Amino acid sequence: MKDYDYEIVIGLEVHVELKTESKIFCGCSNRFGAEPNTNVCPVCSGFPGMLPVLNQEVVEYAIRAGLALNCEIASYSKFDRKNYFYPDLPKAYQISQYDLPICGKGYMDIYVNGEPKRIGIIRAHMEEDAGKLMHQGSITQTAFSLVDLNRSGVPLLEIVSQPDMRSAAEAREYLEKLRSTMLFAGVSDCKMQEGSLRCDANVSVRSWGEQELGIRTEIKNLNSFRALEKAIEYEARRQMDALDDGEVIVQETRTWDEEKQITRSMRNKEEAHDYRYFPEPDLPPLIIGREWVESIARSMPELPQQAQVRLMENYGLPPYDVSILTASPQYLAFFDSCVAEYPQPKAVANWMMGELNKFLNQSNMEIAECKILPGHLSGLLKLVDAGSISGKMAKDIFAEMFASGKEAEQIIREKGLVQISDQDTLTAMIEEVLKANPKVVEDYRGGKQKAAGFLVGQVMKATKGQANPALVNQLIDKCLSAE
Amino acid sequence: MQLCDLTVHQLKNLLQGRESSAEEILKSCLERIKESEPEVCAFITLLEDDALQAARNIDEQGQYQVLSGIPYGLKDIFCTCGVKTTCGSRILENFVPNYDATAARRLVEAGAVLLGKLNMDEFAMGSSTEQSAFFPTRNPWDYNRVPGGSSGGSAAAVSAGEIPFSLGTDTGGSIRQPASYCGVVGLKPTYGRVSRWGVIAYASSLDQVGVFTRDVADCALVLRVIAGKDPLDSTSVALEVPDYSVGLQADINGLKIAYPREYFQKGVDPAVKACVIEALKTYESLGAIIEEVSLPHSEYALPAYYLVATAEASANLARYDGVRYGLRDFSADNVADMISQSRALGFGADVKRRIMLGTYALSSGYYDAYYLKALKVRRLLKNDFDKVFENFDVIVAPAAPTTAFELGTQTGDPLTLYMNDILTVPINMAGLPGMSIPCGFAHQMPVGMQLIGKPFDEPTMLKAAYGFEQATSFHLAKPGRGVK
Repeated sequence: MKDYDYEIVIGLEVHVELKTESKIFCGCSNRFGAEPNTNVCPVCSGFPGMLPVLNQEVVEYAIRAGLALNCEIASYSKFDRKNYFYPDLPKAYQISQYDLPICGKGYMDIYVNGEPKRIGIIRAHMEEDAGKLMHQGSITQTAFSLVDLNRSGVPLLEIVSQPDMRSAAEAREYLEKLRSTMLFAGVSDCKMQEGSLRCDANVSVRSWGEQELGIRTEIKNLNSFRALEKAIEYEARRQMDALDDGEVIVQETRTWDEEKQITRSMRNKEEAHDYRYFPEPDLPPLIIGREWVESIARSMPELPQQAQVRLMENYGLPPYDVSILTASPQYLAFFDSCVAEYPQPKAVANWMMGELNKFLNQSNMEIAECKILPGHLSGLLKLVDAGSISGKMAKDIFAEMFASGKEAEQIIREKGLVQISDQDTLTAMIEEVLKANPKVVEDYRGGKQKAAGFLVGQVMKATKGQANPALVNQLIDKCLSAE
Repeated sequence: MQLCDLTVHQLKNLLQGRESSAEEILKSCLERIKESEPEVCAFITLLEDDALQAARNIDEQGQYQVLSGIPYGLKDIFCTCGVKTTCGSRILENFVPNYDATAARRLVEAGAVLLGKLNMDEFAMGSSTEQSAFFPTRNPWDYNRVPGGSSGGSAAAVSAGEIPFSLGTDTGGSIRQPASYCGVVGLKPTYGRVSRWGVIAYASSLDQVGVFTRDVADCALVLRVIAGKDPLDSTSVALEVPDYSVGLQADINGLKIAYPREYFQKGVDPAVKACVIEALKTYESLGAIIEEVSLPHSEYALPAYYLVATAEASANLARYDGVRYGLRDFSADNVADMISQSRALGFGADVKRRIMLGTYALSSGYYDAYYLKALKVRRLLKNDFDKVFENFDVIVAPAAPTTAFELGTQTGDPLTLYMNDILTVPINMAGLPGMSIPCGFAHQMPVGMQLIGKPFDEPTMLKAAYGFEQATSFHLAKPGRGVK
């Protein structure tokens, strides 16, 4: 389906912070959020005479991530120096990987309009992060900047995709799946707001049927999934308009301006950087044994892709549902536990995607922090099935469960919320309502079917919503037709 | 002879026999320093009070470790906690590290007494110590002449009797050449034998920490203290450190010595050559087997070195940007200017020259032709040595093409100064151990004989050196403390 005159081509470069105990080349803590310049040492601050020592856990996490992305794991890999000057880069070079990355070709399967699509991955490599600069206001106006080196030396995995995506929605789907895959693999917290997941987008357009790629631009400063989508859409449109006007696209880096919702050129008068890559002489090359890789592979937990297939095949859930249910390992575990006790996966899925997510989002909470346990939800749903409470009542009770952590039965007891399903009780109430509303009854008898609805409403009101609505409907019909 | 002129072993004997105290030894060194430093200028920083306190503590404790009470100096390239470390440069003029280089720490743990930090060519780039940002050091044998470089202060201080041993570094000959010029023993171990942690980096794949002493036995002793795997240095090797003092006296009858014809060709002063050839005859008389060999790729060593070393240096020296430590030009009003102006002010001319050369060699379009090609030449150089070592135990050659030249005579042409490295640079490129020992005089100045060993075969190299030394008395000569 062609929405536009051009085909949009997108590739994503994603940086994932690996959540190892310490930094990649020194023993400093890798924890986020400390006071500035407290998780630092002479090594990660680039002091004279300092040398890097590779943290093995970083390599293990990189291999795990690579296996989760179906990548080839290199038998021989090495580090290289990437040279440039910037105040947040203490050695004035970044230790990265240039031509022999730890992970080679791989792929990730995503669902586009319910159909599976395979996005290729070119490579993934390890590198160290730089520090942070803090300005007073904008970088161009500040009188001075402060350098915080806590983040300097934090281990990163840079994952480069093939330019296989064809829409902003696909790009978002890829990033979300990549995020959850990294969460399941246990290598990163993937919090975009904390910077442990960062994404740059490479966008180009070309005429339909054209094989060659158009000139691409790189978009930076994408701080949310929404920004990713908006920026791609904007940039694609900008390029298409430019081409329509007969302009040539400039290959450049652009920044996403969240305020103005546009991309802006970051070009300055300097030439593009020549990073003068050369092999890092302070670190010996890595020889990666196949046994080690195999043992890591054996210890891999179920990944989102496998879980999604399992949920679709075993439970018949649609791709949209399974994508949400596999957003994080904790979320999936909640679902699996709940279904184990209450084997109605679609109902559980609906409640999680609906009510549960509503409250989680409102409170800006992760499911692990939520007071509701899988057993609580299954308990609630069983009560609905048994007819003890209505669907509407269940929602109110659920809200209370979320706030208090109490189980459904306790709340029902405390608030006396049991659904009234006793025929005699209901009939008595109905007769009262009919007596109190003779005109409505007349209207109904006169042919106005909808009048019955009003009467049902009155019964529900009188019972504070606790009457079993289906039964009330049934009994009112009976009462009205009996006379 | 005064205490300050004795060897480490002689001092140890006196200490153990309670005939001298650490304080007496130190005071003797301090007196000599007072006498000769006005001319020699080997020290950048003298730690008189700290050293006295350390010596007194050792006398009090009475416990004698391997180097207890022995004064020493460190080339100002070794970071010392709480003590200014300049690397011979204005850009680190006031830099005080809060950590000790591993090699320095091991000496302290062995009880040695740090007397001070020694002068050097800026960032270890140079062959005469005239490129120190502060002042030149003078050769104790002739104050009009250079001590060599870049570890000129380390060699001169030992030669002048100021300290019995010192540490230096050798990237292209910076221990062996000054040892030759100053008539002392200077040893550069196999690459990876001694930790580089805390040693300010010049060229990462070439730098090695080494020792200056008055004789070979002292050299073996000190080497053992500083050598060994350091978890903080990934390029240090986890091979056991042998007791280098054991086996020194072994008979060298039958030792197979090769001398490469390329090292005895044009460019070497005939008088220097004559000394070394005489030394080879001495070896023959001791029963060694001497044969000429060829190291065919020798002529490519120097250009390859200047590509590898400068390329690595251009990256290693990029951290001196005025942001976290060192000289900063506060008059700049933006970051880019601050960085470039701080470096313009802080670096000397030769350092800038090498950074630019190295940057060029790595730049886009030139990497393959220069840096990558140089790495391949490096492999060929190593192969040459490996081939010779299949049939020989040790290689002998001059340590420098000339004796010490006069100050100011070679500062004009950078290329001439570079030529001082040709005999020593291939050994760094191949990562082999090399040392220089006194083997005679030419033009009334010391001449050093270079020995080169197989990787991690310092024992054989030391044995060969010891055998020659004990059969001669060149190592006993001392400068007359004045102009010849």
